[in-house]
Amino acid sequence: MAGAAFDDLRDLYQEVILDHGRRPRHAGRPARYDATAKGDNPMCGDRVQVYVAYDEGGRIADTAFEARGCAISVASADLMAEVVPGSSPDDAKALFQAFRHMATTGDCPDCAADERLERLQPLAGVHEYPSRVKCATLPWHALLAALGGCEEASSE
Amino acid sequence: MGKAGGMNIDIPHEALHPGALDQGSLDVARVRRDFPILSRTVHGKPLVFLDSAASAQKPRVVIDTMVATMETQYANVHRGLHWMSERATDAYENVRDKAAGLLNAADRHEVVFVRNSTEAINLVAHSYGRGVMQPGQAVVISAMEHHSNIVPWQMLREDRGIELRVAPISDAGELDIDAFESLLADGRVGLVAITHMSNVLGTYTPAARITGIAHAHGAKVLFDGSQAIVHRRVDVQAIDADFYVFTGHKLYGPTGIGVLWARRELLERMPPFLGGGEMISSVTYEKTEWAAVPHKFEAGTPAIVEAIGLGAAIDYVEDLGYEAIAAHEAALTDHALARLAAVPGIEVLGRAQDRGGLVSFTLDRAHAHDVATLLDRNGIAVRAGHHCAEPLMHRFGLHSTARASFGVYTTHAEIDALADTLARVREFFA
Repeated sequence: MAGAAFDDLRDLYQEVILDHGRRPRHAGRPARYDATAKGDNPMCGDRVQVYVAYDEGGRIADTAFEARGCAISVASADLMAEVVPGSSPDDAKALFQAFRHMATTGDCPDCAADERLERLQPLAGVHEYPSRVKCATLPWHALLAALGGCEEASSE
Repeated sequence: MGKAGGMNIDIPHEALHPGALDQGSLDVARVRRDFPILSRTVHGKPLVFLDSAASAQKPRVVIDTMVATMETQYANVHRGLHWMSERATDAYENVRDKAAGLLNAADRHEVVFVRNSTEAINLVAHSYGRGVMQPGQAVVISAMEHHSNIVPWQMLREDRGIELRVAPISDAGELDIDAFESLLADGRVGLVAITHMSNVLGTYTPAARITGIAHAHGAKVLFDGSQAIVHRRVDVQAIDADFYVFTGHKLYGPTGIGVLWARRELLERMPPFLGGGEMISSVTYEKTEWAAVPHKFEAGTPAIVEAIGLGAAIDYVEDLGYEAIAAHEAALTDHALARLAAVPGIEVLGRAQDRGGLVSFTLDRAHAHDVATLLDRNGIAVRAGHHCAEPLMHRFGLHSTARASFGVYTTHAEIDALADTLARVREFFA
């Protein structure tokens, strides 16, 4: 039985999440960006600032973030920054809806068909931890706020 | 206990229920049997509840008293001319005596029932701050206040131009008493509102020194005793306080009931906070006469059942005895500080000499929320976050910590479980 207590935590803290939480690839304020917004979780003090740059066609060219938060929120921000480039703002919103569904239910009917969602699938384990779902969705709220021209989003 | 190298922390129930005296003179095994919830398991593990500073668990006697009240002697208070209302009124008013006794108040009429400490502080900020203090005066708080003892004074500042001054603390987490005194030097401070024990650092503030300095400069003193009264006897006359507030749910009582104690002459000078029933002596459309204190401050039907439950909690604590409680929790805190010091990567926040039963800490490899989630999966409940004390967090360059807090039912074995599990949490995030 050794390991059992933390073994079930491996559903939440998969290696991908530990890795991206520890060494995010897209962290930092970029030299150039077109939109930015802050996400705040007032209950726990987590905060993320998301930066978006657009290409000529109005699609997301690049995203980056600065985060102060737990492994889940940093990993979620980093994976989000990895998958959204190339998407239009509407695509990104649709992707968030699917991601939120996955994060709250654990179900991901489109994961097999959409490689962006498949990449986010390690975060599905968060649905078992209701108090932690907001950690995963906070960067997305900030992204959507930036895409919508708002400066702030709250996970509340 | 968990073995080195294993990820699992299996705590046998016997270890948490040692069946013998824990250190101090509290019979912790007996105490634990008084709290029904402690026999629960969480995620298949015995519950190790180290979050009493957020809200304490309830002993059977509090639960039973509240149920019995509703089953046998419930009616509204101070209104009915019938038997049931008289019994309920007696039981409710009896708690005022118990609370006065708990605080060693000179007069039972100095006890005002409120919902919680937050409401008590807001009551003082409204009635004393707006009704007695004058624009141009100042309020002094400390750098280790809960938001509930910051925000009401900010609102008073915006509303009435009453300055808000913050007394600094040392890196050890103790009030800088010289800096505190210098904040009062201009004689403009009307009120000092300060914690009696920090909910983050565990620091007890030197209450009698604070009142001595404040009174010498013409200022009244309010103590936020939400944490302090749980761990030690409080004597408002001995510390020469002017206001003292606490909440029932941290003192093993129910939610929704708390106490504002204030010197009678202050309560009499203060205008009412809320208007309505209970708080009047006569009402016409032209003029309303206020009821005498404390009823002037108790508008509307009060939290009757909760107040009676608080009375049972006060009896329970008094029966255990503050001397035994303080000794038990001091031993637990020493044990926790020693065990956590031996876990690599743990930094304890606050090193005050005089401290109560809680320890806040950070772990180098993991955010406090991740720490709390991993502990939870081992049945260990701690608080993680800013503890409603963001300015204090910023004082130490932090945004969150984890906090283990202790109660009468906490055992040394539970602290061992915490320390052993934290070592494994750190390995998990290696």
